[in-house]
Amino acid sequence: MTSQKFDVVVIGSGPGGYVTAIRAAQLGYKTAIIEKEALGGVCLNWGCIPTKALLRSAEVYTQMQHAANYGLTAQTGFDLSAIVKRSRDIAAQMSKGISFLMKKHKITVVEGFATLTPGKPAPRVHVSNVTYEAKHVILASGARARTIPQAGLAPDGKYIWTAKEAMIPEDLPGKLLVIGSGAIGMEFASFYDAFGTDVTVVEMVDRILPAEDAEVSAFAQKAFKKRGMKILTGTQVKSVKPGATNIAAVLKSSTGEVSETFDRIILAIGIVGNVENMGLETLGVKIDRNHIDVDNYSFTGVPGLYAIGDVTTPPWLAHKASHEGIICIEKIAGLNPHPLDANAIPGCTYCHPQIASVGYTEAEAKSAGHDIRVGKFPFIGNGKAVALGEADGLIKTVFDKKTGELLGAHMIGAEVTELIQGYTIARQLETTEAELIETVFPHPTLSEMMHEAVLAAYDRALHI
Amino acid sequence: MPIEILMPALSPTMEEGTLSKWLISEGDIVSSGDVLAEIETDKATMEIEAVEEGKLAKILIPEGTEGVMVNAPIAILLEDDEDDSVLTNYKSGSALTPPNSQEAKQSKSETVAPLTTPEKVQENNGDRIKVSPLAKRLAAEAGLDLTTVSGTGPQGRIVKADIVKAKLSGPATTEEPSGLVREPRERQALDTREVGMPLGGGADYLTKLGVEPGSYDLLPMNNIQKVVAKRLLDSHINVPDFPLVVDCEIDKLLAMRKELNGQTPEGIRISVNDMLIRACALALKHVPEANASYTPDGIAIHKNADVAVAVAIEGGLITPIVRQAQNKGLSTISAEMDDLIIRAKDRKLKPLEFQGGTFSMSNLGMMGIREFGSIINEPHGMILSVGAGTPRAVVKDGALAVATLMTVSLTCDHRVVDGALGAKWLQHFKRYVEQPITMML
Repeated sequence: MTSQKFDVVVIGSGPGGYVTAIRAAQLGYKTAIIEKEALGGVCLNWGCIPTKALLRSAEVYTQMQHAANYGLTAQTGFDLSAIVKRSRDIAAQMSKGISFLMKKHKITVVEGFATLTPGKPAPRVHVSNVTYEAKHVILASGARARTIPQAGLAPDGKYIWTAKEAMIPEDLPGKLLVIGSGAIGMEFASFYDAFGTDVTVVEMVDRILPAEDAEVSAFAQKAFKKRGMKILTGTQVKSVKPGATNIAAVLKSSTGEVSETFDRIILAIGIVGNVENMGLETLGVKIDRNHIDVDNYSFTGVPGLYAIGDVTTPPWLAHKASHEGIICIEKIAGLNPHPLDANAIPGCTYCHPQIASVGYTEAEAKSAGHDIRVGKFPFIGNGKAVALGEADGLIKTVFDKKTGELLGAHMIGAEVTELIQGYTIARQLETTEAELIETVFPHPTLSEMMHEAVLAAYDRALHI
Repeated sequence: MPIEILMPALSPTMEEGTLSKWLISEGDIVSSGDVLAEIETDKATMEIEAVEEGKLAKILIPEGTEGVMVNAPIAILLEDDEDDSVLTNYKSGSALTPPNSQEAKQSKSETVAPLTTPEKVQENNGDRIKVSPLAKRLAAEAGLDLTTVSGTGPQGRIVKADIVKAKLSGPATTEEPSGLVREPRERQALDTREVGMPLGGGADYLTKLGVEPGSYDLLPMNNIQKVVAKRLLDSHINVPDFPLVVDCEIDKLLAMRKELNGQTPEGIRISVNDMLIRACALALKHVPEANASYTPDGIAIHKNADVAVAVAIEGGLITPIVRQAQNKGLSTISAEMDDLIIRAKDRKLKPLEFQGGTFSMSNLGMMGIREFGSIINEPHGMILSVGAGTPRAVVKDGALAVATLMTVSLTCDHRVVDGALGAKWLQHFKRYVEQPITMML
């Protein structure tokens, strides 16, 4: 039994963990990072990055199918195994990149599963036979797909997939049921639909992408239906029954119950934090429904122990985890970081059409007591969007009527995930409509619509 | 045309400063934003940044030079297409203009135009208020003066949350009488460069007093020491002060501090000093007439308790200010003091952070001093000197007992705070300290 001493030990190497480790090293801490699988965590290996690679294949394929729209001819076709291989290669490449970053910052990488026991000034961390003693332990163990084994809703090695299995298909399912219409569900629905799968999406509440602005949800629903997707809102999967060649699902809505058979089912019903088997209970860590309770600076209440990212409170997003980790380690270092404002964190969904948003939705702004002004601008009014052949979309802004504060921005359409940062910066700098109106946006770009959506909130839109 | 780098004015009252350090050498290429040199001003060390780019051709004022007049050229920068030959016949334009005439004119115009509002002051000294557009608009709507709001955003930027907080903490002060009083006095202080010498008449001051030359080392004074010497002498001569002394029992306060620190979030540690700052602020709020400054035009009663706290730094003393301390909780005060002390020791305080204030406190308890008196820090009406809390014998219910006592001395400017008023203030202070739970209300 050997022991090693560090200033900071980070458990988990996803975008929360590895970024925290780098920042810790920058601040002069002797740092170790522990990973049970591949460096980069779910995000790099089984989440954000490989799905973007898959969706890019879907996008190019769709473009090829519509080549005639651009005056081109193209022979279309695809090789699913090559698409999956490309996605896996990109994940592997990014993971190697993290390995390089760890080396560059002289961070010790430990492979294995970490457990914790009480200690001072921070809990002791054990991996295999080695004990790691640190002044500060930061838990970034992430999360995994939520399953409901009691209802048969868990991967069965055959018909039922979570995101992880859905990312490495061997064959295209002919008929697919996606349970849950959040970002993950809609991205897979979009991917499989692009390659010709007959996709049905069920959502418990009355609209898809329920976290987004209602108008964006409605716009997305219409766009997906137009592509031929079947969308059932206000519907639950009551039970599933695997058969010899397919699986039957009982779909329950206000109009009654229907049984339908599918080739595959994708579970996208949320995530649960990885809090098990690490000894957190004996340390006295407060865990609420599989996620750890922390304060504004990620402190768990157990001396020397911090938790960041998906294993803590929502939103469960990679960029939230990274930021949280930086704030946490800077606070430990005695710097004066500002706590993260959950409302300032942008969210992006990479289905087709793309969706991106930051801040309050129109409904949230109203219920928070704001008297608001709303501006909207459609893609059809933008020259660049039309030239790209992407005339479907909408940008919407929500301002406080009295103060001109940009409360929120919501976008659906081509490339909006790359545009949302403009509004995010504007919010962070607390610009009002006045500065946004005075800002010169380049022509011809999609970003002009962001300007127009601000102008529209003040009845000054030019191109509509 | 060679570019002259001029000695900048880093505060409205600055007329001269010490060029303490060059951070680049002759021949170096500088681009805009590069830090060129450090300047020691009244109370702080600040950095000069390059505004233009080019090659630093010549340093005119070597480092360590004291009394460099504002606007005097300190170095010459050559632009890309120029070589050193242009320096041969180069005569510095503004360097030859005696800085006095310009200065004199400036100070005259300042005397004519009365400093009516702090906003004017802001314009005069050219300090940029860092504020977000949204915060600016919110402040305008609420009628808040931005100079009275402290910013919590990056680099002290005033953001929405600061305005919301300031609005909650009551109406803003529209005047800062302390500024009116201090301004001319500090100017005087800087007019006389050789502080302390007039009494004895020149360099052989000590010889005339019978101390042999060569029996001592003569250390030049830095600007902080000069200003402190001049201002305290002025105060000593001008202010009719008197002390009031009282013992405070601080066992409960120590117990509460311990309890609080057991429950504060990571990174916050409440000190006894933080609690005393709050007690002072609350007592000032309770007895507003004691939160006063003497001015030739009347007694200024301050609307906020801006508590200046004496901090010893290398080569002098500085009094960073906790503004509107009456509205701040212990953790806020604690965090602010931590930040102010760290930056004070690095001499990185902004003038706004140590100039002004309405009351001061000096604590030598940690050095084991039982009790002491302080000199009023004008324009403040009072200064509290805090001694060490030590276990002492006391009589309780007719029997001897041990309690932790802390002796404080309140020095008052009798022109604004008389004995009865000072005593009344001390009663309230003592009550907050002895029953610290009342501080939490």
